[in-house]
Amino acid sequence: MSAVSIRVTVNGTPFEREVEPRTHLADFLRHDLGLTGTHLGCEHGVCGACSVLVDGRAVRGCLMLAVQADGAEVTTVEGLAQVEQLNPLQEAFREFHALQCGFCTPGMLTTLMQLLEEHPEPSEEMLREELSGNLCRCTGYAGIIRAAMKAAPLLKAQRENAA
Amino acid sequence: MKAARFDYHRPATRAEALDMLQTLEGAKLLAGGQSLVAMLNMRYAFVDHLIDINRVEGLAGIALGDTIRIGAMTRQRDILESPALKARLPIVAAALNFVGHLHTRNRGTIGGSLGHMDPAAELFGIATLLDATIHVESRRGPRDVAIADYPQGYMTPGLDPDEMIVGVTLAPPAAGHGWSFLEFAQRHGDFAVVAVGTTLAFDSAGKVADARIVLCGMGIAPLRLAEAEALLVGTTAEPEAIAAAAEIAGRQEAMSDALASETYRRHLAGVLTRRALTEARARASHGKVQ
Repeated sequence: MSAVSIRVTVNGTPFEREVEPRTHLADFLRHDLGLTGTHLGCEHGVCGACSVLVDGRAVRGCLMLAVQADGAEVTTVEGLAQVEQLNPLQEAFREFHALQCGFCTPGMLTTLMQLLEEHPEPSEEMLREELSGNLCRCTGYAGIIRAAMKAAPLLKAQRENAA
Repeated sequence: MKAARFDYHRPATRAEALDMLQTLEGAKLLAGGQSLVAMLNMRYAFVDHLIDINRVEGLAGIALGDTIRIGAMTRQRDILESPALKARLPIVAAALNFVGHLHTRNRGTIGGSLGHMDPAAELFGIATLLDATIHVESRRGPRDVAIADYPQGYMTPGLDPDEMIVGVTLAPPAAGHGWSFLEFAQRHGDFAVVAVGTTLAFDSAGKVADARIVLCGMGIAPLRLAEAEALLVGTTAEPEAIAAAAEIAGRQEAMSDALASETYRRHLAGVLTRRALTEARARASHGKVQ
């Protein structure tokens, strides 16, 4: 049951660590790298709280082993903001009160980063359907949907400026 | 929550993977992991060796010809987003829209879904509807398994322990066929309580030449409704014929579980079959194709 050496880039910083094969990615991020922004709810792939981006795609951090992220680029909620500067989606979450307790928020944000990149002009219906994979028990989703609708064009403009 | 300890292996080639599968005791293949890792976390499943085939070359991809071959490690997401597949066989994407969520489709694979064999899994239903051939390999050589021979019991595929699914070939109906995939689930993304998939292809005289209907969630494996399919062939799929087919769907055996009773599943099967056939008929090109 030997540990495995992995290299993974998280939020732009390369890391090299020894991990037990059974350690899932979310535990690795929290315990080995101290990135506690990624939250763990159910730990069996239902709640979506632990969602992170792996090579740009949203995954459930509890359903991927850390060893599988060897060589990958991972983005967690800590990687969304610049220093002292929230990204437009985070800004919109604040404006529309899209969070209350905040537990689901990191998963909501990372999921929406992929969704809004692929659907720069989303419909509310599509967003509601897609976000059914991320459970929020505080907001009733209304604020989250409003925030996503507001952020979609802003994120698009940001991507275009960066390109 | 942690999985019990196991050793991890990451083969780069099929030959390596098959060697490991044959020689390692208590080994299991890791495809997308969207069911297996959850089961390991919950300690419903225990393995001594996990063989991660995510980096095995040549297991992913979609090849369109007279039939459609999809590599075992093709992500559900990539199947859903394939424009060529959507044009040729739109029912696949329609069914995949019911499968899990963005995150699980980003990782989940068609081979993993077929290997896991959840009775209500939409991809298992699609494979059954489209007369799939499942391609497997072992150190002993390759073998093809017809979907009809594949289910051996509840979540038990007809594979030997040293065999690995490498791909699946789907037999699509004629161009211009109508299709529908409908599902009743408690929440979007859940496994279906009951799902129905159907395709209808019409001949130049406007009669049904090829009808296929599959029910998911009724028993241990998706169920093709041969009797209803035969009844529809040669008709114009008029409302009376559809009602008769739906009546057949509504009297199939069904399981009872925590989600729904047998009676309720039968009711759903009848209602969804009627709606699906109606929708498929409306989508078909009548009399324009051979």
